Amino acid sequence: MTGLLEISGLTKRFGGLVAVNDVSFDVRPGEILGLIGPNGSGKSTVMKLIMGIERPNAGKVRLNGVNLAGRPTYEIARAGIGIVFQHSRPLHRQTVLQNILLGLLPDRLTAMRAGADAIAHATAIAGRVGLGHVLQCLPATLPFADLRRMELAKAIARNPLVVLIDEPFAGLTSGEVKDFSDLIVSFRDEGRAVLLVDHNVKSVAAMVDRVIALYLGEIIAQGHAADVMADETVRRVYLGGGITTHERPVAIFANTQPILAVKDLSVFYGKAQALEKVDLTLHPGEFVSVVGLNGAGKTTLFNAISGFVAYDGAIHWQGRARTGQSAAAIARAGLVHCPETRELFGDMSVAENIALGGQFLPGPERLERQAWLFELFPILKARLQQSARTLSGGEQQMLAIARALMMNPQLLILDEPTLGLAPVILGQLSDALKYLREQTNITILLGEQNVTFALPHADRVYVLEHGRMIWEGTPTRFAGEMAENFLQA
Amino acid sequence: MKNQRIIVAIVLLALAAAPWIGISDYIIGVLTMICFYGVFAMSWDLLFGYAGEVNFGPSFLIGLGAYGAGLADADLGLPLPLCVALGTLAAVLGGLLLAIPALRLRGPYFGLITLVAVLLLQDAIVIFAGTTGGEIGLSVPDILSVNATVNFYYALGLLVIAGTVLLTVANSSFGLILQAAGQDAIEAQALGFNVVKYKIAAFVLSAFFSGLAGAMLVFYLGTASVDAMVDIAVGIQVIIAAVLGGRRTIIGPVLGAAFLIGAGEILRPLGQVSGVVVAAVALGTILIFPNGFLGLLRGRHSA
Repeated sequence: MTGLLEISGLTKRFGGLVAVNDVSFDVRPGEILGLIGPNGSGKSTVMKLIMGIERPNAGKVRLNGVNLAGRPTYEIARAGIGIVFQHSRPLHRQTVLQNILLGLLPDRLTAMRAGADAIAHATAIAGRVGLGHVLQCLPATLPFADLRRMELAKAIARNPLVVLIDEPFAGLTSGEVKDFSDLIVSFRDEGRAVLLVDHNVKSVAAMVDRVIALYLGEIIAQGHAADVMADETVRRVYLGGGITTHERPVAIFANTQPILAVKDLSVFYGKAQALEKVDLTLHPGEFVSVVGLNGAGKTTLFNAISGFVAYDGAIHWQGRARTGQSAAAIARAGLVHCPETRELFGDMSVAENIALGGQFLPGPERLERQAWLFELFPILKARLQQSARTLSGGEQQMLAIARALMMNPQLLILDEPTLGLAPVILGQLSDALKYLREQTNITILLGEQNVTFALPHADRVYVLEHGRMIWEGTPTRFAGEMAENFLQA
Repeated sequence: MKNQRIIVAIVLLALAAAPWIGISDYIIGVLTMICFYGVFAMSWDLLFGYAGEVNFGPSFLIGLGAYGAGLADADLGLPLPLCVALGTLAAVLGGLLLAIPALRLRGPYFGLITLVAVLLLQDAIVIFAGTTGGEIGLSVPDILSVNATVNFYYALGLLVIAGTVLLTVANSSFGLILQAAGQDAIEAQALGFNVVKYKIAAFVLSAFFSGLAGAMLVFYLGTASVDAMVDIAVGIQVIIAAVLGGRRTIIGPVLGAAFLIGAGEILRPLGQVSGVVVAAVALGTILIFPNGFLGLLRGRHSA
């Protein structure tokens, strides 16, 4: 059987970066193809090229033999390709039904009213994806999984031949994953071609017919999920080693004055308590990890320490009680926060982002520091003139850390630096952290849900759960006392 | 929604009856201006509230309508309805000429281009002062009516027609697609909608009513002038009225216009200070209630 969707020689360059290089594959009707690759591998770009959101520099995207490459997105959509975005903005003033109805409307200016059959059709689709009971609700009142269901409903409303789904299971519970898998399988059973894009082969392995693995814009392996997972190259790209811990003796830090002492810190968001009487102490030069699952309160804790949210309790910075300082003044005093969301200036180049971090340094020192950072993250030097938005996730994270380091921090807070990054990038980040710990006197406070990343360099570990610190100790003790209940949570 | 319709109907009936309860021609004149500004602000809200595009040049469209109609009357001596039609046509064509290239750009460029368009029109009027009357203004021989009440009914009729059409469009499938395009253009395209087409159509509709109201305003005031119809300040008034009244509501901007014009008149004895007071109140309201008057009312209902 020939492909319904045939991709051949697809190539996309951003400046000097080749994001997608001569990629060819096809998807047959009634088939689920998994397109996997670590962040920065080009898989999202391939999806955007198919959908016409980005224009390919070369190559063809053929649907039933008709080349769609370079056509505007709406024409590609009408030709029969639907997409489920990972992040989308639903219409907030409209009900779920109206949101789904949107997918059914004709592309005509004179379309004034959706007919009864369109409403019936939208209702049926809603029922199919499991939204039958919330038809008249506003999107803002829905839980996350239902919003994703609504996106699925919109994408299939037009009855597309090919469905592209970006990170189908991101943020879903295991029960929800089961529902979504069943839905996606039902698309296949109707004869649609389904392309799943994910960074992890494991999450899609159970349902895909074939897998294509991308790395640095090229296909490195394809075939059955099991074969791809067993492939040598794929394993090298994906798998990291076991955890070895390297804590330094507690005694080194015991007699120093804490650089940061947090006492009885509580934070409320309206009525909800995000943090409850949290204590935390950091000594100069120490590397401390705070581990906790999503929603445990790590980001809130860091935001309070950096002065971004209001809090109750006391924070002592270098021995002195801190009161009423602005977030900017706190950062200038040497407490630098590298947030989970990275907050890069997307339209500015790498060089400009770094330069902004070094605004308060005198000229010579700035250049010296910059040179030092380029040794730490050589890839940034190669990308100097590229705008930050076009960097891969791993490169953006490196840039965020580099920009924070330009501010000459005494305490560097890193919030979830590994979020969404592939193991190969984690290795590079881990090396950088190791270097910072051993070669500089910067105190580091790392927040992570990824324990394998949080432990190796930590001198001490805190465990945060539901807004409370439930454990504190060395990484070695962590393995014995906390790992069981934490990892299985 | 139903309550809202009843309230709107009552307000309109009250307005229609207003000239018969013994209010002065001056008050009727103020109400007439409110109607004109209400149309300007409603038209602007279709673009901002629904299509998500900030048009900094509502007075470009108003000015084209006004001077198109004014010149047709003063220079060509055409009958008044034809002049209004020509003015409206000028606004629509000018709007198209502006929107087609501008809406293809992303980011803040659309807004900037519309801002420049106002300055260009203003300069053009001054440069061709021989024809346009320049800064002094262009007097037209015809007027809508010498009777304040009749003028008011013309303006009220325009407000009702424009409001009905704009509300119908905003609540139609077209409006739904337009909102989707404004909120997430990529997703709207991925659902198969030619986003630019919808935005251009919305701009044309906005230009149509802005131009029509601008043209009729000329024959109400008896003159087309830069100060009253083209100046950036006019555009700012329209924008403030729309935001103040409530974004994405169509009706809200009329309330905003009523407040701006009404308060401006009430405070007129304060002289120069009145403008400052009105602007300060508007600024405070927008800061505290970013959803505007109507957003405030609706918020109360749902709470």
